[in-house]
Amino acid sequence: MSLENFMSDAISPWMKENGPDCDIVMSSRIRLARNFENRSFPLIAKAEELDDVLEFFQENYQNTAFNHQGALQFIRIADLSPIEKKVLVEKHLISPHLAEHAEEAGVLLSESEQVSIMVNEEDHLRIQLYLPGFQLQKALNKAFEVDDWLEQKITYAFDEERGYLTTCPTNVGTGLRASVMMHLPALTMTHQMNRLTPAINQLGLVVRGIYGEGSEAQGNIYQISNQITLGKSEQDIVEDLESVVSQLIEQERQARETLTEELSIQLEDRIFRSYGTLQYSRIIESKEAATCLSDVRLGIDLGYIEDMPQSILNELMVLIQPGFLQRYAKRSLSGRERDVLRASLIRERMHLENN
Amino acid sequence: MECQECHKRPATLHLTNVINGQKTEMHVCEQCAKENGYVSYGQEGYSLHNLLSGLFHMNPSSIQDHKQFSQSSAAHACPKCGLTYHEFTRVGKFGCASCYETFEDNLNPIFRRVHSGNTKHEGKIPKRMGSGIEKKRKIAAYRESMQEYIQAEEFEKAAEIRDKIRLLEQQEEEES
Repeated sequence: MSLENFMSDAISPWMKENGPDCDIVMSSRIRLARNFENRSFPLIAKAEELDDVLEFFQENYQNTAFNHQGALQFIRIADLSPIEKKVLVEKHLISPHLAEHAEEAGVLLSESEQVSIMVNEEDHLRIQLYLPGFQLQKALNKAFEVDDWLEQKITYAFDEERGYLTTCPTNVGTGLRASVMMHLPALTMTHQMNRLTPAINQLGLVVRGIYGEGSEAQGNIYQISNQITLGKSEQDIVEDLESVVSQLIEQERQARETLTEELSIQLEDRIFRSYGTLQYSRIIESKEAATCLSDVRLGIDLGYIEDMPQSILNELMVLIQPGFLQRYAKRSLSGRERDVLRASLIRERMHLENN
Repeated sequence: MECQECHKRPATLHLTNVINGQKTEMHVCEQCAKENGYVSYGQEGYSLHNLLSGLFHMNPSSIQDHKQFSQSSAAHACPKCGLTYHEFTRVGKFGCASCYETFEDNLNPIFRRVHSGNTKHEGKIPKRMGSGIEKKRKIAAYRESMQEYIQAEEFEKAAEIRDKIRLLEQQEEEES
C-alpha cells in the first residue's frame, strides 16, 4: 500500500470537505440511541437474541444504498483483527464500548464514512452522523433522515411520556447526543479554557478531550456535547449547543487576535519550532506530536505557514494513534517502535506537502 | 510519583499484583496503562456507572420506595426480561422497554436528577405512531390555553379553542 493511499485511509472522505468555521470547529456529530421494541437491551440480552439483531441487519441492510451516502456496508466486529478494531475507534467510527463487546456487535458504515450505525452497542442502535465544520443543524436533519429510513423496517421502543427508551437513563427521551470537535489553541494557551469549562458545564453541556470521557485535550482539541436528553426537543438541544459553540468560536478568534498582536514573535517562534520538530524529529511521542500539530495548524490558520492544508491536523491526529501505526506496520509495536514510526510517517507526510 | 513506563507523566494508577504470594506493584499513568493493556477501555465508563447508581441510592425517597417495593414483592422483577429493581439500582441501566413500566413509580426522581428536573419527552416521535401522539399533544396544549382564557374571562377565545379541541377529538375517534 503506498503512503498516499494510506493517508487517504486515515482521513474519512467527509473530512476532506471544508465546512463553516472549519478553522475552529473540526467536525459536528449527531448520535441517536434507539432500541427494538420487543427485544431485551444488549446489556442483558442472550447471545442468540443479539445474533438475531445482527442477522436482521445483515439481511436487510447489507449493500443497501441510502440517499447520497453511497452503499452501506455491514461489518461484524468479531471478524476484525484487534488492530483493525483500534483503527475504527481512532477514526471515531465505532466506540471503545463496541470494540470491547465485539462478540455480538456490528456496524453499518456508509462509503463516505459520514454515517455509522453501531449495532448492539449499549443500545441496539447508535446512529452516528458526521459533518465537517460547524453544521449541527444540518447533521441533525440528516440523522433524522437515517432514523426515518431505519424506522420503516424497525419498530422502536418508544413511550409517549418518556420518549425513546434507552438502556441508560442518561439517554432516555431524545436519545440525542450532539457534539462538536473544536480546536482551541489560543484559549488553551491563555489559560481561558480552565475558566470557561465550569461555566459551560453549568449550562448542561460537557467538555471532554478528543477520545471521550476521561481523555485529556490532546492537541488542544475539545469535544463539547449536550448532557440532557429528556424534556427538551432535539431542536432546542442543538440550538443551545450552537449558541455556546458560537460564543466559543468568537472568544477563540479574539484570543488569536490578541496573541498575534501582543506576542507576535513569540507565537511565530513557537509555531515554527513545532513545524521544525515535525519535519525533522526521529522519535516522537503521541502527546508531543499532538501539541506540535496543534501549533502548526494554528500557524496555517493565521497565515504563518503557507502551502499546507488545514486538514493536516485532522488527518495526522488519527494517523499518530497507536492502532493506526500498528496497522501501517502490519504488526504490533513496542512504545519506542511506535515513536520512531510516528516520527517517520509525519516527516514523510509533511514532505509530501512541501513538494 | 512519575509513571514507570514513560517516565514523563505523573503516575495516577497504582496496581498491585499478588501472584503466589509474590507482591508486585506498578505505578503508571492512565495512558500507558491503556496502551499496555493494564486496564481495558470498558473500565473508563465504569466511574460514570458508579456515580449514577450512587445517585439512585443516595436519593432518600427512592431508598424508601425501594424498601416498600421489595417488601411488597421481594421478587419484583420485570416480567419481560427478569431484571429486578435491586439490579436496576445497582447497575443503573434498564434491561428492556418493559422495565420502564415495571419500575415506573420510582423513575421520576431519577430522571429529574439526571435531566435537570425533566421527566417528560418533548422531542421527535416515530413516524409510524406519530399522528395520534401529536394530536394528543396538541389537544393538551389547547386545553391549557383554554383554561388561561377562562381565567382571564375571555370566553369568546376560550370557545374558539374548545371548538378546535372538539374537531381534533372527532378526527381521533374517526381514525380509531
